[in-house]
Amino acid sequence: MKIIVCAKQVPDTNEVKIDPVKGTLIRDGVPSILNPDDANALEEALKIKDKNPDTQVAVLSMGPPQACYMLRECLAMGADAAYLLSSRAFGGADTCATSTTLAFGVRKIGDYDIIFAGRQAIDGDTAQVGPQLAQRLGLPVVTYVQNIREFKEKSVVVERQLEDGYEVIEVQTPCVLTCVKELNDPRYMTIDGIEGAYKAEITIWNENDVALAPENCGLKASPTQVFRSFTPPPKGKGEILSGTVAEMATALVGKLNEKHLL
Amino acid sequence: MAILIHEDKCKGCQKCIKVCPFNAITMQNKLVKTDEGEKTKNIAVIGAACTSCGACVDECPFGAIEKLEEGATGVDISLYHDVWVFAEQRDGALMSVSIELMGEGRKLADQIGCKLCAILCADNADNLVDELFEYGADKVYYANAPELKSYNTDAYTKAIYKAIITYKPEVVLLGATHIGRDLGPCLAVHCGTGLTADCTKLDIDPEDKKLMQTRPAFGGNLMATILCPRHRPQMSTVRPGVMEKPQRVPGRKGELVKLDATFADGDIREKVLEVVKGLTEQVSLTDAKIIVSGGAGLGRPEGFELIKQFADKLGGVVGSSRAAVDAGWIDHSHQVGQTGTTVKPQIYFACGISGAIQHLAGMQNSDYIVAINKNEDAPIFEVADYGIVGDLYKVIPAIMEALDAMAK
Repeated sequence: MKIIVCAKQVPDTNEVKIDPVKGTLIRDGVPSILNPDDANALEEALKIKDKNPDTQVAVLSMGPPQACYMLRECLAMGADAAYLLSSRAFGGADTCATSTTLAFGVRKIGDYDIIFAGRQAIDGDTAQVGPQLAQRLGLPVVTYVQNIREFKEKSVVVERQLEDGYEVIEVQTPCVLTCVKELNDPRYMTIDGIEGAYKAEITIWNENDVALAPENCGLKASPTQVFRSFTPPPKGKGEILSGTVAEMATALVGKLNEKHLL
Repeated sequence: MAILIHEDKCKGCQKCIKVCPFNAITMQNKLVKTDEGEKTKNIAVIGAACTSCGACVDECPFGAIEKLEEGATGVDISLYHDVWVFAEQRDGALMSVSIELMGEGRKLADQIGCKLCAILCADNADNLVDELFEYGADKVYYANAPELKSYNTDAYTKAIYKAIITYKPEVVLLGATHIGRDLGPCLAVHCGTGLTADCTKLDIDPEDKKLMQTRPAFGGNLMATILCPRHRPQMSTVRPGVMEKPQRVPGRKGELVKLDATFADGDIREKVLEVVKGLTEQVSLTDAKIIVSGGAGLGRPEGFELIKQFADKLGGVVGSSRAAVDAGWIDHSHQVGQTGTTVKPQIYFACGISGAIQHLAGMQNSDYIVAINKNEDAPIFEVADYGIVGDLYKVIPAIMEALDAMAK
């Protein structure tokens, strides 16, 4: 089986803090990581490879050259090949333009049975690129995949997470599946893997390499524009109650009752 | 690039580098033309990671950074009218968020001066059409077919896409549910337009009537207002629990437009074999008036028994922080925050929750927030209306006693 995994390098937003005085983001020392949901996507591909050793797993990303670090991490986990779509022309892309660029990358890679992607990236949280990539490639898509039950000749049976349960869906292959963290626990890199990953070559493609016209990528192909961005205003600090535990409890109940909330 | 560095004005102070959320700016030694002739100096350079968010523009003390208005060429926007709401139904009942969107859609339609319409995909659910009129729809577009009984990506995308290209709405709103977040991106690609995910605020620009879509990004650390200036429809998914439901007006009527909903072989490539409802009771965090949430400060999974007792006494629902879910103490369906549910109850009790920005993003619009935490420096106290510094295993029983005393 041939599998393509879409992955993104993201800043670890759990590490981002707000400067309490200026109200701006402090990003000094914030590490760049493999997007968590994408790690689940890669793990699922590697699990298939564990069972069927002739499986080929290729990782595809779009981003600046430093995204190679993240791709080497993917290779060290066990991926066979890594491709990075990188060019100034791709800059400023919204999800619409990103999915176009990735689709051209997928076509250039060529043969595949399944494309895995993470449900969403933690820097944007849009969950759009996976399903949009599927539409651009004319493939069926299942999002929020929390379990893969069975591969059949021309289809795969998966569980799609809903807010209050899940659906069991049979979808034709080739298809795009976007993965949530409940799907699996991503493996660690191995020592051998790390050694191999540093020798491995990462293929870097720009818009010419994938035959994509510059007007169809990056900002020029992005219908949405950021009009402005701002840090959310903090809510005013309230009242810290004092006294013994019993006194504080009574005071709290009294205050909430006064406002007819109980 | 939509962000331009005026090389002559840049002094190389690096302030823009610190403020850039995407690490897209670097300093480079470049040959620059200045008033005093050409010289080499260290100046800011915008890299490919730039999303044109504009954070650097305001930060630059020298006015050296400018945001240029450019972007994709679009469509003739004068052909597009009306605000549409995707009326998401499951098991023949409208989702709460769809009713909330009827309220918000009404406000937007009135500001633009156009009609509010609902688009419904279902199998013989005529009662929902009436319900949508009663919630304010001037028109209901109704695709009625057995294939549309429950959500299916291919079937819903095809039916709604056909309606959009035929009737040309200028705004399409969807709830940011697992279904809306699947359907929205597929529709946007087919329509060749943009989509803004998980909006928490929508406004109409009073001058040009464009939709201003505001959403949290970067794990809730940053808010961004997004425009879709040259493409139509302007599409947003909206977080459940953020917008106000409208008053239902019994007997209110509108115009029904029946859509053609027929499918050929090969149109639908995925089949739902089975639907399994959550084994635990359904947590309706979005509709709850009172939520009692527990976090890492509980210290052990049994802590949720106390949280449950407290919630039961108040007639509330149990929530949790991500830390408690990650620890395996409680199911993900209880999680409040950026990657969980956004809630807006009358009272939110945060027990043993430190208040990470991702959690705050999902609950800071609650009417009243009560924080109980051992650590007096916990960020949760910054947003709390009432704070109690202390051991939750002592404080919560004391509050339950005080409630009993008040009841007497």
